Order: sequence, then structure tokens, then C-alpha cells
Amino acid sequence: MIARQNDLIGLNFLRLGIVSLAIGMFFGVIGGFQFLFPDFLQELLFNRTRPIHVSMVVSWIFLAAIGGIYFYLPRQQKLSLWSPNAAKIHFWVFIVTGIAILYSYVTGKFGGREYFMFPAILSLPIFLTWILFGVNYFNTLKKYKEPWPVYYWMWGTGIVFFFITFCESYLWLIPYFRESMVREIIVQWKSYGALTGSWNMLVYGTAIYVATRIAGNQDAAKSKMAYGLFFLGLTNLIFGWAHHTYLVPSQTWIRVLAYAISMTELFILGKILWDWRASLTTFQKNQHCNAYRFMFAADIWVFINLVLALIISVPAFNLITHGTHITVAHAMGSTIGINTMILLSSLFYVIREELPENVHASCSKQVMTGFWITNVSLAIFFFALVMAGFGRGLYEGASFQEMALQIRPFLVVFAISGIALMLGMWLVLWNAFRLLGKIISSANGEKVRGDGELSTANS
Amino acid sequence: MIFGTLFVSFVFYSAYIYTAGTEVAHGPEISDEARRGQQVYQEYNCMACHQFYGLGGYMGPDLTNVISNRGAAYAGAFIAAGTATMPNLGLSPEETSDVVAFLGFVDTTGTYPPKNYDVTWYGTVRQEDDPQ
Repeated sequence: MIARQNDLIGLNFLRLGIVSLAIGMFFGVIGGFQFLFPDFLQELLFNRTRPIHVSMVVSWIFLAAIGGIYFYLPRQQKLSLWSPNAAKIHFWVFIVTGIAILYSYVTGKFGGREYFMFPAILSLPIFLTWILFGVNYFNTLKKYKEPWPVYYWMWGTGIVFFFITFCESYLWLIPYFRESMVREIIVQWKSYGALTGSWNMLVYGTAIYVATRIAGNQDAAKSKMAYGLFFLGLTNLIFGWAHHTYLVPSQTWIRVLAYAISMTELFILGKILWDWRASLTTFQKNQHCNAYRFMFAADIWVFINLVLALIISVPAFNLITHGTHITVAHAMGSTIGINTMILLSSLFYVIREELPENVHASCSKQVMTGFWITNVSLAIFFFALVMAGFGRGLYEGASFQEMALQIRPFLVVFAISGIALMLGMWLVLWNAFRLLGKIISSANGEKVRGDGELSTANS
Repeated sequence: MIFGTLFVSFVFYSAYIYTAGTEVAHGPEISDEARRGQQVYQEYNCMACHQFYGLGGYMGPDLTNVISNRGAAYAGAFIAAGTATMPNLGLSPEETSDVVAFLGFVDTTGTYPPKNYDVTWYGTVRQEDDPQ
């Protein structure tokens, strides 16, 4: 069945997300080289390239997750959107705001906060359209009369908590928060920690949705275990942030609570390991090779990242790892290894469902080439950052320059593997962008050429 | 029910964190000069490269205690002229002085990285440097 006009808004979000990630990775590579050569690209120094990189990559995560929700609800769940026009407004406001944010970075107008480094006024359209998104989502789901599967809860929770934590991150505008340095730091890292948890809810909801659809088993999304893991994740979202702030002066019990909550993630890790084999055999039977491979990669990165996260959540280890490149490794492993792999799986699931005649079930050569380049280079990139982090954390001298020279070889590896990572990802993204364009063309009534470019099977 | 409980916990926990939970002694109140310096620090996006309490970008050093470790004159010279690894961002002398005042204010709020601490057998850390 050809996609209808009202299904297109989700696809447009997905395509915009792809563009955002492609640009974000380019600026990430430039930033990586500026670590080695700080004067590289004088006109656009690191204090400008870093926010462009961070904002574009974070935008990708949101756009791809939101696009999936806007697409899956009307197209596959037969829940027509409460207001397709609200979704269109959401899309266009995101584009205009995104351009304004990029302009502010390029011209050096900053808000000076981690993640949201743009002037605070530009958050206003994001706030307003997020409300619109939430109203649209919850009103759309009113039509669903059965108990919600866990992914509906996760999407809904992600939407609500993003709104709360996004508001919370702007508490610094109030002097009471801004003028106490400890409170200022806590505001930033409490809100950002929870905000990351909220976008994880959107992404993990997407993961469960795609996995259950591919496996053809909806029961898994309504099991007690699924809800149990959801509430555990939500508890971590609310209380687990404080492992970011162990070393900020605050009451000891807050640190101990964060430590205890963080360790509950061990249960999630155990569950992942327990289910690993079963999930492999289930997935292998499916006909969504590209989507399956990306989901499988996400599974491995979940494991690697959870181990690292658990280690750095132990306060005694956090003393060494805090404020080092190990934190960056954790962030990159999570956003690229887990979130991006899941969202790419979602993209290729959509493509395979909508273009079964153009895209064969087997893995495509170009996408798999990009897949392997991306994952191998990400592994090198990740471990280079971990090693650089250990170098910094264990350095006992007083000279920052001396420490920087010691870890420079690892940063060279990090920068070079970053180029490979970008090229591999671009190859994947180009194929996804092109094929999503074919779906849009077919919905617009244009004849889609069955060129089978992705049917060059290598499996 | 569980959702509601967690949400209410979130609200109360947040309120506590932002009042009593972080009400440790913070040293002197922020001065007007430091307040302006904080604004300059944000406008030039200094946290893209630098950290306070290990939070921020990792291209440059953590600045929490740069004033007590290196002195105000040293910090001011770095900001005003730049170095091989830190570009001169073109701050005016007033802006430079304000940022140094802000860094001085941050310096009074605590110690990073902690110098005096106890590590327990179960992995927690008691930081004796915390302002009491």
C-alpha cells in the first residue's frame, strides 16, 4: 500500500534527521582535529564547531525518534494523528529554529550551556512545539482502547519528561539558581542527566516497537518484564543523574542514593545477557536484514556501554574517570552505538516495509559496507577515548600541557577513526535518505523506478 | 499508580535538591564583577573547552580552582593574550577582569579534584574538602 499524504510528515522528520546527523558528524570530525590543532579553521574555532556538532547530533536523535512516532502511529497502528497539521507545524518550526540555532553558533552568539549552547530565547519555539507534539500524541492515543503496550508508555514518558527536564535546564535564568555555583552545576547536570533519560525513553520505545514488529510478537511489549524494565528505567531517569555530580559539593546521601540507583542497572544488564541468545534466534528468522543488523549492533553497544557506565558510577572509580575523555567515550558509545544504531534500524525497517519490491530482504552491500566501517571505527574511536581518559585521570603532575602531550597519540587515533566513522555513516545515511525519498515520491503519485539498487545481496 | 508515585517523588526530590540538598556553605556571595564575568564566560562559550568540577568540554583544563592554583594574574594573562593551545578570543580588559573575578568566585565554592577523601570498601567516597 502506497503511503498516504498524512504519513509523509513522519518520513520528512526522518529525512531531516538524516541531514542533521550527516552535518553533525562533519563538524564532529573538524572538532576532533581541533583537539590536536587548536588553530585549525580559525574562522570557526572549537567553541563554535562543538556546539554545532552536539546540537546537530542531538537533533538527529529527536528527529528520528519523533519521525518514527509520527509515522508508525497512523501508518502501521492505524491511529490517524489527532492533528496532522500540528505535526506539520512542528516540522517547519523545527527547521526554522534549527537554522536560527546554526546561525547563532556560526556568528558566535551563545547561551553558554552544555547541550543547549544557543541563546535561551531560541528554546521558546522548541517548548511550544513540544507541547503541540505531546497534545497530538496523547489525543491520538485516546483512540487506542486496549491497555498500552510498553512502547506507548515509553514514548509518552519520554515526551512528558523531556518537557519537564527541558524547562528545568533553564532554571539558571533565575538568579537563585545561577548565583550559587553548586546549585548552578546541579541544575545543569540534574536536568541534562534526566533529559538524556527522556530521549532514551523515546529511542528505547522505538527499539521495542521495531523488535516486536519484526518478530511479529506483540506479547513481549505487554509482558510484566517489559513494564518492570520500563519502571526501572524511569527510576534511573529520575534519581540516577547524580553520578554526574559525585564530585560537586553536596550532601553525601545524595551521592549514595545515586550510586545505589545506578547499580540497579545491573539488573538490566543481567536481563540483556539472559535474553541475548533467544533474541538472536528470533531475529535471525526475520526478513529485515538491514534493520536486524543495526539492532544487533545496538545490542552489543548496550552491553559495552552499560559495563562502562556501571564502572564510572562507582564513586571510587568516578574519582579517576570524572572530567576525562572516558565520559566522552560513554556519551559517544551511547549516542552513536546505541541510539543511532536503534534509530537506523527503525529507518531501514520503515524502508523495507514500504518498498518491499525495491529493497530485498537480504542485507544490501552498500549499507553493510557502511555498517561495518561505522562499527569498527566506532570501536577504535571509543577505546582511543577510554585510553585518553585513563591518561588524563591517572596523570599526577600539575601541567595540563604535559598531560595533553602524553595522551596525544590516543587523540590522533580518535581523530582518524572519526573520519572513518563519518564516511561509513554517510554511506548508510545516503542510502536511507535516497530510499525514504522514493517512498515520499510514491506517495506523491510519482512512478518509482524499481531499480533494485539495494537488492545487491551479499548475504 | 507506580507512575504517579515516581512522578511525585521526582517533584519532591527536585525541590529538596534545589533547596536543602545543595545548601552547603558556598563562601562569599557573588559580586557584581563576578556576575558580569559569568555572563562573559557564557557569551564566549568557554565551557565548550573548559570545565567546572569536571563538567564541560575537555579541550582545556578544569578551571574550578585555577585562581588558587595559579593566581589571578596568570589566569588574566591567559585570557587576554591566548596561548599556543588557546586562541585569543579578543576579550576587552574589562571583560578579562570580570572573568577573572568570576573564576575567583567559583574558586571559593569548593575543591576539585578532591584532595582529601576516604574511599570505603563498598566504593563510596567521603570528601573531606566539601564546605561544611
